Amino acid sequence: MKEIRKVISVIVINEEAVLSRIAGLFAGRGYNIESLTVAPIPESDFSRFTIVTKGSERVLEQITKQLHKLIPTYKVIETQDVVEKEMVLVKIPLTTNLSGLDAILNGYNGIVANASEDALILMAVDDAPRIQNFIKIMKKFEPVEIVRGGSVSMEK
Amino acid sequence: MKMSGSQMVIEALHKEDVKVAFGYPGGAIMNVYDEIYKDKSFKHILTRHEQAAIHAADGYARASGEVGVAIVTSGPGFTNAVTGLATAYTDSIPMVVISGQVPISVIGTDAFQEIDAIGISRPCTKHNYLVKDIKDLPRILKEAFYLARSGRPGPVHVDIPKDITAQEGVFNYPDEISIKSYKPHYKGNNRQIHKAIEAIAHSKKPILYLGGGLISAGATDLVREFAKITGIPAVETLMARGAMRYDDPLLLGMVGMHGNYASNMAMSEADLMIALGPRFDDRVTGRLDEFAKHAKIIHVDIDPSSIGKIVQVEYPIVGDLKNVLASMVDLAKEKIDAAKYESWRGLLNRYNEIHPLSYDKASKSIKPQWVIERVGELLGEKAVISTDVGQHQMWTAQFYPFTFPRQFVTSGGLGTMGFGFPAAMGVAEYNKEQKNGKYAINFSGDGSILMNIQELMTGVENRLPAINIILNNNFLGMVRQWQTFFYNKRYAETDLSMQPDFVMLAESFGAKGYIVETKEQFDEALMDAVKQDVPVMMDVKVDRFENVLPMVPAGGTLYNMLLEYKDEE
Repeated sequence: MKEIRKVISVIVINEEAVLSRIAGLFAGRGYNIESLTVAPIPESDFSRFTIVTKGSERVLEQITKQLHKLIPTYKVIETQDVVEKEMVLVKIPLTTNLSGLDAILNGYNGIVANASEDALILMAVDDAPRIQNFIKIMKKFEPVEIVRGGSVSMEK
Repeated sequence: MKMSGSQMVIEALHKEDVKVAFGYPGGAIMNVYDEIYKDKSFKHILTRHEQAAIHAADGYARASGEVGVAIVTSGPGFTNAVTGLATAYTDSIPMVVISGQVPISVIGTDAFQEIDAIGISRPCTKHNYLVKDIKDLPRILKEAFYLARSGRPGPVHVDIPKDITAQEGVFNYPDEISIKSYKPHYKGNNRQIHKAIEAIAHSKKPILYLGGGLISAGATDLVREFAKITGIPAVETLMARGAMRYDDPLLLGMVGMHGNYASNMAMSEADLMIALGPRFDDRVTGRLDEFAKHAKIIHVDIDPSSIGKIVQVEYPIVGDLKNVLASMVDLAKEKIDAAKYESWRGLLNRYNEIHPLSYDKASKSIKPQWVIERVGELLGEKAVISTDVGQHQMWTAQFYPFTFPRQFVTSGGLGTMGFGFPAAMGVAEYNKEQKNGKYAINFSGDGSILMNIQELMTGVENRLPAINIILNNNFLGMVRQWQTFFYNKRYAETDLSMQPDFVMLAESFGAKGYIVETKEQFDEALMDAVKQDVPVMMDVKVDRFENVLPMVPAGGTLYNMLLEYKDEE
């Protein structure tokens, strides 16, 4: 069956064990997690998970239903009509040739987040596939470390 | 009102009208037991192993429909309880299990008898709690009972650190609970129900596929009525035994791996399946791509995640079966003509005539099926039947004449050996409490019975007359059967020739033992057994190599049953 990528947002009551409930659900039932981001929703007792997953249509339907079944789950947002952004940090040594870096950063909403004597930390925030591309391009600067954040999304 | 955490536990049990709790004390739960000592308003039954405490509470819950309650200590007390939780979870049985935990100040330090209990119980409970603040305790206890019995029922685990049970706090027990993230959907969608009835009216070969959800919803009267009005034949899953009377002309029998021929053929040939509270377990469906190939499916369940999980469903209805069936009954009266399915019924009845459930009734030696039928004849609807797991369980499901819901108590989903005897004690306790004059009969095997044998002591001490009928074939029979069929008779570790003397064993506990070696001895032993007020062990020597038939081999298709087994030797 064809595997589909899907971004699911889950609004849960903010309680201690809730992360383990969601992570355990995915592990126990053999569902994929490509990325998972979670933080409290300001001025509420809810948290919001953004989970990027992959699976056949039936599996994705089950994931939604099983998430719903968890007692602290308030809402599962399935719409794919969302703004989805991802962030990445890339550390490159200053010993490499940096020509073209400015243009690339411009193209990917990137900035230099930190500069030290021997390395730059670059940051980019963009759509997930573009971040993928950005990382690919960064290869030529011989990055020493890449840290990728999970997706966050919001319905349009 | 101010009180300690352990007093709150007792008060909550009162408020929930709990009549009996099963349990086992220990360090981290001692504060609660100190209150149990002072309080005499509900009964506490001390089992001899925590697993048995959970199974007994489970048996009580299955027989009564009430929430079963068990209390255990931290660490090994809790881990012993896990099999019981998992058993109840897979069969959606309402329970509240309270465990002690080490004090909050030492949680995470690998303290004595510390284990991450809610980490372990998470996948085998409907929900669980670690109480971290006494302020939350009354609400959590209330929620635990509410969650256990509402929606799709299930066990809820509350883990309470020792310092919380010692602390004082205000006991403000909520009268009602509203959890904003938990709103079970009780009322079925009317449009969907209408569509389903239309589909039934247009079908030629409909079949009612009855599952355990009917029992937990208390919807068996309605399903009997629905079948009668519509004339649609029915099959039952293991968990639904007793939903319809065994002698209802519309009941074909049990479906699945050890279902009868007519039931499995009905599923395979139907053009419309009306699934009421089953979960399309693999032991029912067999090979999925061949399962009910010609049928459109109506699936009614309170749990949306159950619908469409295994098979695609054309008419999903999320709702409480009682509500949905009530509407279906009303609509069926106008729209469905029972005469329409006469030839379909005729065909299925012919299947039952060609291949009925059978065994060698004339056999001189004792056939296990004979024992079950005989108990049925002698006790019938005066018995509530529990089982362990294996061949005897399937034979019981096939041959006992069940007449009412909650008459059959068995570990269906998890298949837990050692379940039957403690569960039968829970049943016996319920029978005593209700003074309903019913007997608690546990059909067991010589393998299963030893898995909670220590409970003889509990039963003797509390005068719980659970009657264990051991269908003793000196084998782990079901595994042996698979070895015979599929492993070329390599009987790896299934020969149980080495056995205790079950009569002496029982009597050493002060229980009653009988040995039955011929058919002639059976009636007398059983009639004496039902007079006892302590547990009974009936060691019935049955044919060693009897097989459970028909059988759909694992992964096989429902319509391809092994109807008989002939030994080539």
